[in-house]
Formats: sequence, structure tokens, C-alpha cells
Amino acid sequence: MFNNFFHKMASPKYFYRISGRLIPWLAIAFVLVTLAGLYYGLVKAPPDYQQGDSYRIMFIHVPAAWMSMFVYVVMATAGAIGLIWRIKLAEVVAISSASIGAWFTFLALVTGSIWGKPMWGTWWVWDARLTSELILLFLYLGVIALYNAIDDKRTAARAVAILALVGVINIPIIHYSVEWWNTLHQGPTVTKLDKPSIHLSMLIPLLLMAVSFKLYYAFVVLMRARCEVLERERHTGWVRELAETK
Amino acid sequence: MIQTGNNTTLEAHALECVRDDRTLFSNLGFRLERGQALILEGRNGSGKTSLLRILCGIRLPDAGTITWDETDISKLGPDYHVHTAYVGHRDGIKLDLTPLENLAMARALGKPNDTTLEEALEKVDLYGFEDVLTRNLSAGQQRRLALARLLVTDTVLWILDEPFTSLDTDGIKSIENLLDQHTTNGGMLAVTSHHAVNLANTTIQRINLSELAA
Amino acid sequence: MTSDSLTRAFALLLKRDLVLAVRHRAEMINPLLFFVLVTSLFPLGIGADPKLLQAVGPGVIWVAALLAALLSLEGIFRSDFEDGTLEQFLLSSHPVSVLVLAKVLAHWLITGLPLLVISPLLGVLLGLPGDAIIILLVTLALGTPVLSLIGAVGVALTVGLRKGGMILSLLVLPLYVPLLIFAASAVDTAAAGLPVTAHLSLISALLVLALSLSPLATAAALRISLS
Repeated sequence: MFNNFFHKMASPKYFYRISGRLIPWLAIAFVLVTLAGLYYGLVKAPPDYQQGDSYRIMFIHVPAAWMSMFVYVVMATAGAIGLIWRIKLAEVVAISSASIGAWFTFLALVTGSIWGKPMWGTWWVWDARLTSELILLFLYLGVIALYNAIDDKRTAARAVAILALVGVINIPIIHYSVEWWNTLHQGPTVTKLDKPSIHLSMLIPLLLMAVSFKLYYAFVVLMRARCEVLERERHTGWVRELAETK
Repeated sequence: MIQTGNNTTLEAHALECVRDDRTLFSNLGFRLERGQALILEGRNGSGKTSLLRILCGIRLPDAGTITWDETDISKLGPDYHVHTAYVGHRDGIKLDLTPLENLAMARALGKPNDTTLEEALEKVDLYGFEDVLTRNLSAGQQRRLALARLLVTDTVLWILDEPFTSLDTDGIKSIENLLDQHTTNGGMLAVTSHHAVNLANTTIQRINLSELAA
Repeated sequence: MTSDSLTRAFALLLKRDLVLAVRHRAEMINPLLFFVLVTSLFPLGIGADPKLLQAVGPGVIWVAALLAALLSLEGIFRSDFEDGTLEQFLLSSHPVSVLVLAKVLAHWLITGLPLLVISPLLGVLLGLPGDAIIILLVTLALGTPVLSLIGAVGVALTVGLRKGGMILSLLVLPLYVPLLIFAASAVDTAAAGLPVTAHLSLISALLVLALSLSPLATAAALRISLS
């Protein structure tokens, strides 16, 4: 029964229909959670005794940094599923995730840099987390560049899956090596970005924003995957029917 | 000489191949037995090369399966490749190696047979050129060297993409003899060719891909 | 197939690539020259203060080694792809990953080993102390095979592309980061007279990991690139 369900879900036609129904709900949930998160984060949470109000960018920066890693793992997992079981939908999810992940990474870098400015007095410091994010951005850009360079999109999706798997094995190693390098080359005077002694009133909006980012990802990845599915299947009967009824 | 079962078959079931949004062929099926040759015909770009590459296992079909002795070739992997030899559009030989060095490598990649490398070169009229760099041979001689790769391993199915390119009339005739001998000894052939293929002792199946598409 | 015939195929392929390299000696020299040239540009760019040079030396030599390796990477599969021998490897009756390993080993012997041999000279040029030069040699000995192994995956993914070169650097360089960090800091630490066992075991771990996973990934990538 599980197998049956799995294959039904993986059929592009079924996916297209179900995702079409899911998207509005995800969008509504995203808006509500984001509003709540922003309200608690920007209005309710007290200013930090050291950083004043500037710490509030954390509510964007930290979830974005979490998502940048999370999306990469999703991409690699979906890619592996596509490679092993030859499920085209998984390939579609993998490649649709790449540019979203890249944007999350970029957002984490930009907000990290803005957050760092009042603390360090400069826009860029080779802080361990920022450096890791920068390398992660390169990994994402590699995935996107490779996908665009290969003409045959089916081949491209499989090549990208391999690259994402190689990347996902390397991310922990890169992360560890950068942390190590950081403690080696910088004195302890530099304040780390994370953990400004987290208080419940700050934790609530942080978690809300994390959920909001996850919802946003789910909603956008479904939209992108739907477009990709339509494009790939544009010669099949069900897509033609769809085009005719509209 | 060939050691797999006598009833070996290569079967294609409902193959489909899409390239650049164009369906080259779909629902293509055939069954090839020992002693038979499959000759693919069709216009340029009708998917002959793609079909051969699918038969090799290099390319995945967009739908359908190919079975060797009733097992899917994508599951067999090297256990299928040990029975096949492929001479593609590119010769698959290194220009900076001698013919002997090239054949030695080709032999090591598969299951060697009893033919010596010199004998193989002689069969394709390259005897006397064994220590010349392949770069210095003519295009026809290079093609014959590529075909000599077929002779140094013990394989059943030969997959040949335009084997007669740049060969002269005599060259074509001698290669045709080799192909005919192969099927007589229980081998199989899958060939594309613009040139008519004359195999006197071989049962021939023809598939015209342009007609299939229409 | 028997392991005997696999060993023979491995040895023959290794020999084949070495013979081809010897017949193209001129091309072999290029990455080496590049390595020396890039390293000697640094004193010209940042000044010849011995203290400064000694401080940046390990990093400079390793970055130059990385770039030299990158320059030579395409050679692993490019010509075999163009003349069709690469597809013959995929159609062989041996595991492709083993054949890949033979090709990577040949590539390392042709391009990695020369870097190793010339590096003490560069160490002297940048004023590294004797202990640091020995550690530099050790890190290069352990690290350059990693460069070839990781690079092979990238080349396998891009070999079918017309403009693979630019993308290759984007794919491969980020993956070289951990090696660069561990290796350069090992030499740095050795120059300061401190023990480097931790660094060397980390680099060895990278080598073992790359050795066990990269041939598999490369073989899978080649299948995809040629399909």
C-alpha cells in the first residue's frame, strides 16, 4: 500500500493536482506565521542589553542560515532518490530547490554582514559562520551553473544530483575545517554572531520565523516544481488537456 | 568459441527515445537471436545512433527496457558488457599509441579470446603497421583498427555505428566477410549503415526509424 | 571477471596513460611551470620582506598547488572523451570505478608528483625553515592525490560540455577548502616549531575518504555525462 501511494504521489499528473490544492494553504500559513513572528520579534521582544535593537536582524539571519543548510540537504536527498529509484519528480524537487537555497544563503550572508557592522565596525569579517555560508553559496552556484550548462535537462538533473551528494558529504567537513581555521587565526575578542543569551521572549519569534521560512520554502518549491513539471511533460496527454480546458 | 547459452536473445520492449523535445521513436520492439543481424535504417537524425547507444547501455531509454537472456541490461551492467563490443561513430582508439598498444588495451577491457593481436591486425589488413603511431595511419586504416577491436575479445553482440565510414570497396568487402563469419559462428549484429550491408549467410532484420516515426 | 584480469586492466591502463604522457612531454611541464611562476609572483606583488614571505609562504604554495592541479585536471578525461576511448571504458567488463582509479593514479604521477619534487625549492624561495619544508612535502604527498581524486569527479561531470573549464573551477575549488586549510596551517604550525600530528591525521582522513568515495562518484558521473 505504501509503495502504491509513493508511486501515485510521484506521478507528475497527481503531483500537479495535489500541489495546486496545497499551495494556497501554504501561502496563507506563511503569511500568518510571518506576521506573528515579525510582531513578536520587532514589537514584543525586549531590546538586547548589549546590542540594543540591532540584534533583531537575527530573526531573519538565523532562520536564513538554517534554511541554507536544510535546503541543501533536501536537494541532495531528493537528488539521491531521483538517481536510485529513477523518480523524475524527485529530480524536479532537487533542481527547484537549488536557486531557493542559493537565495537563502545569500540572505544569510547579507544579513550577517549588516548585523556585523555595528558589532565589528566593518561590513565583512572572516567569521566562521559567514565564511561557511560563503563557501556554501559557491556550492549552490556550482549546482546551478552545472544544471544550466547541460542542454539535456534529464542528464542535467542527474549530474546535479551527483554534485549535490558530493557537496552534502563535504559540507560538514568544510564547516568543521572553517571553524577550526577560525579559532586558529582569530583571537577570542571577536564576538560570535549566534546565541546572544537567548531569552524566551526572543526564542518564540525566532522559532516562529524558522517555521515561516520553512513554509515559504515549501510554497515556493512547489510552485517552481509545478512549472518544471509542466515544461518537462508538455508533450504528454494530460498537459495538453490542461492547456485546452483553460 | 562463444561460451554463453545457445538460446541467447536480445529483446527490446516498448523503447522510447526523446531528444531535444522530439520523440525519435516510441514503442519500438524487436527480438534478436544468435546468427541474426539487425540493420537500422533511416534518415540522419532519426535516432539510429541513439538506439545503438541505448543497446550498448550507455544511454538510458526514456521508456521501455532491453533484456539480455530475459534480464534487464541495466541490472546486468558489466555482466552484459562482457558479451558486447561497440564501435561507435568515434573510433575509440588513441592516435598516439601504436595499433598493437591500442588492441592490447581493448583486449584487457574485455574477456580475451584466442586470436593474437597480430592475427587481428592481419584480418583487417593492418599487418606491417603494428608499430606505427596510429596518428600516421589513413582514416580508413584507423577505422579498420577500430573494427579490429571486435576481434580480440570474446563477445556475442557487436554493435556497430556506420562501420564502413572511410573504407574503400575492398575494405568494405573484407569487413562484411568478418561480420558474416561472426553471425555464422553464432554471434549477433546490430548495425547502422548508409552503405548497403551484404551478408550472404545471415538472417537480417531491418528496422527503418524514419518510417516508424511517420 | 576474475581479479587477475582486473589487475591486468588496471596496470595496462596506468601504463597507457603514462606512455601517452611521455609522448606529450611538453604538456606535462605546463602545470609545473605554472606552479613555480605563480609562487614567484607573490614576492613581487607583496614585497620581499622575509618575515612577511615566511608568514604567507605556506598559504601561497598551497594555493598555487591547488590552481596548478586545477589547470591540469581536464587532462584526466578530456582526450579520452574526444576520441571515444572513454565510452569503451564504460562498456568494459570491469568495474568503472577501478579503471577511474587507474586514471587518477596516472594523473597524480604525471602532475602531482612533479609539484612535490619542486616544492622544496619554492619553500626556500619563500624563506620557510627546514622543518616546515619537510612538513610541506608531507602535506603535498598526502594532499595532491586528494586534489586529483576530487577533481576527477568535477571533470567527469563537465567533460561533455563545450565550456567545461570555467564551471569546473566553480565545482571543484570549494571542495578543496578543507584540504587547503589543514595543509597550509600544518606548514604554518611546523614553521612555528609546534607539533603537527593532528593536521596530518586530518589530511590523511581526507585522503582515505576521497580514495574510497571519489572513484564511485566519478564513475557515476561519467555514465551520466556520456549518456
